[in-house]
Amino acid sequence: MERLIIKSDQIHTWLAKIIETVPRVLAPVKTGSKAEFKEIKDAGSVAYDVITTTSSVKASAFPNTETLFAYEKQGTDTKIYDVAEENFLDTVIWRARPCDAVGFGPLTKIFNWDYKDKLYNERFSRLVVVSFACDKADGCCFCTSVGGGPGNTAGSDIMLTKINDKETLVEVLTDKGQKLIDLCKDCFTKADDSIDKESVLAKIPVRFTREQIHEKLAKSFESPIWKAQSERCLGCGACAFVCPTCACFDIQEGAHGNHGRRVRCWDSCGFTLFTQHTSGHNPRPTQATRWRQRVMHKFSYMPDRLDIYGCTGCGRCSRACPVDMNIAEHLTNIANNE
Amino acid sequence: MEENNNNIFEPRIIAFVCNWCTYAGADLTGTSRIKYATNVEIVRFPCTGRIDFMLLLKAFAGGADGIIISGCHPNDCHYTSGNFHARRRWMVFRDMLDFMGIDIERIRWSWVSAAEGAKWADVVNDTVGKIREMGPYTEYKKAAKFLEEEKIIHE
Amino acid sequence: MSKLSEKAATLLSEGTVKMIIGYEQGTERPRPAFCHKPEDCERLIFNDQCSNNLAVYLTKKEIIGEDKVGVVGNYYVIKTVIQLNRENQINLQNLVVMTVDGDDIITFGSIDEMQQYVDTHEPVPNEKVLAVIEKIDKMSRSERWDYWKSELSKCVRCYACRAACPLCYCNRCVTEVNCPQWIEPWAAPLSNMEWQINRVMHMSGRCVGCGECAAACPLELPIGILTKKMGMDIKNTFGGWKDGSVLSTYNVNDKENFIK
Repeated sequence: MERLIIKSDQIHTWLAKIIETVPRVLAPVKTGSKAEFKEIKDAGSVAYDVITTTSSVKASAFPNTETLFAYEKQGTDTKIYDVAEENFLDTVIWRARPCDAVGFGPLTKIFNWDYKDKLYNERFSRLVVVSFACDKADGCCFCTSVGGGPGNTAGSDIMLTKINDKETLVEVLTDKGQKLIDLCKDCFTKADDSIDKESVLAKIPVRFTREQIHEKLAKSFESPIWKAQSERCLGCGACAFVCPTCACFDIQEGAHGNHGRRVRCWDSCGFTLFTQHTSGHNPRPTQATRWRQRVMHKFSYMPDRLDIYGCTGCGRCSRACPVDMNIAEHLTNIANNE
Repeated sequence: MEENNNNIFEPRIIAFVCNWCTYAGADLTGTSRIKYATNVEIVRFPCTGRIDFMLLLKAFAGGADGIIISGCHPNDCHYTSGNFHARRRWMVFRDMLDFMGIDIERIRWSWVSAAEGAKWADVVNDTVGKIREMGPYTEYKKAAKFLEEEKIIHE
Repeated sequence: MSKLSEKAATLLSEGTVKMIIGYEQGTERPRPAFCHKPEDCERLIFNDQCSNNLAVYLTKKEIIGEDKVGVVGNYYVIKTVIQLNRENQINLQNLVVMTVDGDDIITFGSIDEMQQYVDTHEPVPNEKVLAVIEKIDKMSRSERWDYWKSELSKCVRCYACRAACPLCYCNRCVTEVNCPQWIEPWAAPLSNMEWQINRVMHMSGRCVGCGECAAACPLELPIGILTKKMGMDIKNTFGGWKDGSVLSTYNVNDKENFIK
């Protein structure tokens, strides 16, 4: 790992080089009062004054809607057409947050658990993540409670930390990151060992630990807390769809006569239909059981099965929820629940 | 886009008609040996009241350039009030479509009774002529083909 | 303890109701609150920021059960209760409907009282929404198409608009009809548009205009504009219509100018 310094006014010179060289650069762009990751064509369109985007950046590796294969019936034969993954674009994710970068960890484990998902892996292998450490946080942020932090480098290829108005610390973490640095070598100088990024990071209080939640969940399956917490939940999919680690999907058929496509699209465990059987029976018949599933999956089943927690503490679900289901608040209650 | 031998755009029109009036009217057009444009594909419904607005959107998505909706004149409905319900639905739906920028000029509404064989021929000819002038409904078809835009190779 | 909390606590302790649905302070704005015990009622608040349409819970059996419940709602909650009653979706016998007006807690004894309240307390129209509608009305048709196509292409189909709407209470929604596939269930420009058109058409005349669909949208899509515009059109077309679903009835004298 190499530590470099870039002058703040050089950052956009470097970004312009990246945009020029890399086929696709995604960065937060203002949409109304919020921001979303979008493809940018010029360095000036990046929105730096938002804490996070509304949606996570997971769609860059796991799109909302994607074709798995196409088919065509020809008489008694069926021709299958595979997706041409060589057409997937090399992509730089610019100004991700540490909680975005760390989200690819759980996603990658989910998509490689038993079946190695070719499409996910191909898309993911083309990503280079340039994160910016957080100097600000809001009431929904809780990364420090789930093993992350405002300067956490896990999952990033490069991390930038603004040390003062003039200088930004650049931590080069992977070979992929190094290649981006090489695009504009003159922009960087070696960083002094004395530079300490901790002092400029946002202060985010630790409200609980993941292990605490994991331990509590082991004996909370029948707890009345699920009903109490989920009473106001409306059962929409907003939380799951903005989440950087939620990976539930549905497989659908886009059939048009003798040809069609098989499509994978996002789904959510919060929907009633998610577990509805053809018989009419629903093993998760109430919103309370669905809310329990959401928390259990992230803090109990995933660590048990995949050895990773399914929450990065980005707080997006809390910001997106129409009825303010604040997950950090709910998790704190679970941690303190007797 | 379909083209005829002279490379002139041939519109594809879907007609949603009621069984009791317009379908019988169209039948009369045929038995009266009145010639009219062949661009129309007729879908027969028990009543205009049965024509769900989604069918129109599906027709456009499936490649229609124009749509004809037709049934019994007011007070002549076989089921007394089906066409009154339909009329309301279209009044609301048409405003909605227009607000969303969907081309309502491509949808022709008409009342054609079982005795109006000649009117049916006029409605069809008129619509085909108008849609031919307007050209294919490319923007809608393009939106419908969202998935097909992704590049695919042969295995 | 506020007057509201006292009133709610009394209803619970006297056993008049088993639960009170109201508002409490949330992370950044008020959110729905459910009080089961008198001591829960201390959390209850009521102010201009209380915007959630609590009537959405009144059709959820798993929340309200078979017992009598109280709801302390805003103007739109009252308006929605009237509409839900018109559609036979609630049992008024099992419902205590309240609102807060200045210092007073109003308890409604009948639908007529609610209607009277609604008629006399109409909120000021949202100028921002009206301005957007005016802007869109002035566009050419192809500009309108581009606007809606680009806006609705962002939709991820989380169905927060449907979930937040108190009048979207169907157990099985039209968008989930899949034999045959009616609206494609994945997010794509056209199916997103079809979904919104269906949502809005099913609201025709029923929409109370609370704007919760738009407020719920995590992507801030202008979907509230659609229901608002439809409401305005219906009022114009059907002479000040306010009797619920405009499509479940008809008038032989309906006037249009496009069926020829």
